[in-house]
Amino acid sequence: MNELFFGAHGVDAGVLSSLFLHFGMLSLLAIGGAITTAPDMQRYVVGEHGWLSDAQFTSSVAIAQAAPGPNVLFVAVVGWNIAGLAGVAATLAGSLLPSATLAMAAARYGDRYRDARGMRAFSAGMAPLTLGLLLATGWILTEPVRDSLGAMLLVPFTVLMLVKTRISPIWLVAVGALVGAFGLAE
Amino acid sequence: MSEPLGSPVGGLRRPRSATEVFLVFNRLALQGFGGVLAVTQRELVERQRWLTPAQFLEVLSLGQVLPGPNIVNMALMIGDRFLGWRGAVAALTGLMSAPLLIVLVLAAIYRETMSQPMVAGALRGMGAVAAGLVIATALKLAGTLRTNPMGWKLAAMFALLTLVAIGVLRWPMLGVVLGLGGTAVATAWVRMGR
Repeated sequence: MNELFFGAHGVDAGVLSSLFLHFGMLSLLAIGGAITTAPDMQRYVVGEHGWLSDAQFTSSVAIAQAAPGPNVLFVAVVGWNIAGLAGVAATLAGSLLPSATLAMAAARYGDRYRDARGMRAFSAGMAPLTLGLLLATGWILTEPVRDSLGAMLLVPFTVLMLVKTRISPIWLVAVGALVGAFGLAE
Repeated sequence: MSEPLGSPVGGLRRPRSATEVFLVFNRLALQGFGGVLAVTQRELVERQRWLTPAQFLEVLSLGQVLPGPNIVNMALMIGDRFLGWRGAVAALTGLMSAPLLIVLVLAAIYRETMSQPMVAGALRGMGAVAAGLVIATALKLAGTLRTNPMGWKLAAMFALLTLVAIGVLRWPMLGVVLGLGGTAVATAWVRMGR
């Protein structure tokens, strides 16, 4: 019970402030999404400080991906496993505050000058990169399951269903969970 | 370039209150297994009609080049543009609060069951579907390249180069965004001047 609320290391101001500062720094480097900072988070909390084991870190990411909501919530699970609810506050605030402040400022700036040629060129030029990054993310997400025919059939099946029908993604995730639970994605 | 957010084109509507923003983001977050992007596109563009596909891609592009979680950035920007900071707070809390609670409960359960093969298998299956959802979202938005000022051929080429650089060659993101993105923006700038 103690570990549930206070994590493996209890509430320690030094740990909490280190988490907040490091995750805050990564937040500003997280171009292309929070998940791109996972390798460095792992290096910091597992390798440098030994606050979590490798397996604990990997499962934190997997849980957040299986749960509903933004993938960035994996930082909350990491924080929780290290220092309980105080750890959640530290990692989540660190991951959100700096980038959120920047995003709001950039959005208002971009809105004001939205008709300027520079802004229009920026959004026209970045649009294809965004699509390319999405495709690359999809491809990279298949990496752990590429040796499995069943799992690799799930990918085009999902694409087809989402593009051709109005089915909610939640049902496709349920299909994936079922297929996997019965050992067809090994 | 598209119209300002919330302008009345093509049957678009805009949220009436911060509560509505909270509820819509709350609902899409709770449907978003394996990432929220696909369901965000469906809810905001196809169901709520708050944004055109081009506007959605524009906000997505900005959310992606800015540091930080893409969906959180998008929620803040969309909420802010419709209803100011109250909208931004409503969107952010709608997006985060319920999923945060769920993920922490799940973490407690998984801590006990992670080693079971059925649980591990289900996670693999869900991972494969998550990959398909991201790819499908990209394909749905690909139509917007037809109206890109660069012309669709050049735009598609930049998309493909990005896919190869990041997905296949695994080059660092920062360099690709600055190098390829800078080239694409410069190309668009030149094309627009004609």
